[in-house]
Amino acid sequence: MSTANSSILNHMVQRFPTHFNASFAALADATRRGVLDQLARGDASITDLADKFEMTLTGMKKHVGVLELAGLVTTEKVGRVRTCRIGPCRLEEEMEWITRYRQVWDARFEALDGVIDELKRQEKARGRKKRK
Amino acid sequence: MAARKESESQRTTVQKKSEREVVVTRTFDAPARLVFEAWSKPEFFKKWWVPRSMGMTLRSCELDVRPGGKYRLVFGDDPANPMAFFGEYLEVVPNKRIVWTNEESGDAGSVTTVTFEERDGKTLLVLSELYPTKEALDAAGTGAQEAMHETFGQLDELLAELSAR
Repeated sequence: MSTANSSILNHMVQRFPTHFNASFAALADATRRGVLDQLARGDASITDLADKFEMTLTGMKKHVGVLELAGLVTTEKVGRVRTCRIGPCRLEEEMEWITRYRQVWDARFEALDGVIDELKRQEKARGRKKRK
Repeated sequence: MAARKESESQRTTVQKKSEREVVVTRTFDAPARLVFEAWSKPEFFKKWWVPRSMGMTLRSCELDVRPGGKYRLVFGDDPANPMAFFGEYLEVVPNKRIVWTNEESGDAGSVTTVTFEERDGKTLLVLSELYPTKEALDAAGTGAQEAMHETFGQLDELLAELSAR
């Protein structure tokens, strides 16, 4: 399973290089993972997040900026409050979709190998008969 | 069955080319004419399209593989409640290319193109599924394929049960 996953990952990395690098960099930090976890439960303002993670507003703005660049978070400023929510980049969903798709075709192709082997044997047998 | 050495090129790869298109590739250890034969003759096609691991029963399989020809696959254990997949072959180039429509979901149907490219006695198969919209592609991941995913889940459960004994 891990080889299958890493090959999917390879293909996705080829397909979405910038996207992936940004996502991985964004997720490499424990505070940013915590912020994502928090936002998965509900939207929050930068001030809420700074309080929650005992951090300065400037520090939290930086973290949110990194998450925003990676598409993991979106922000919207209404009046003086900047609200953060989970962004459009759904890494896991994408991986899951591809994994599922691959499982179906992989199973089919394995069975197809068997059918093709059978056709090869039949062709060989016919070839022998013709030569005789 | 003899153990098959899984070389790098023999693996199935899946790539999303765009929001509407998925491409699957796989190399087969046989000339293109045999791979094409396995795709175009119902007696062979039905042996692999629904492998046992999918847990579905293919009740009938009609393929008229020529331009404008139709196909119809009927699944399901319950004859009163069949599940049919059907469409039309748009293009057929023997040993090279087959293009067909998938019409069971109405307007949201996809078009599948499969090409066979022979090199040194092996065949590279490239299959592309083009959906009319991003939503249709997303749904393909959660709709028909979810049923298959569930089947894999059931198999996993069964295997876990068996190994726990």
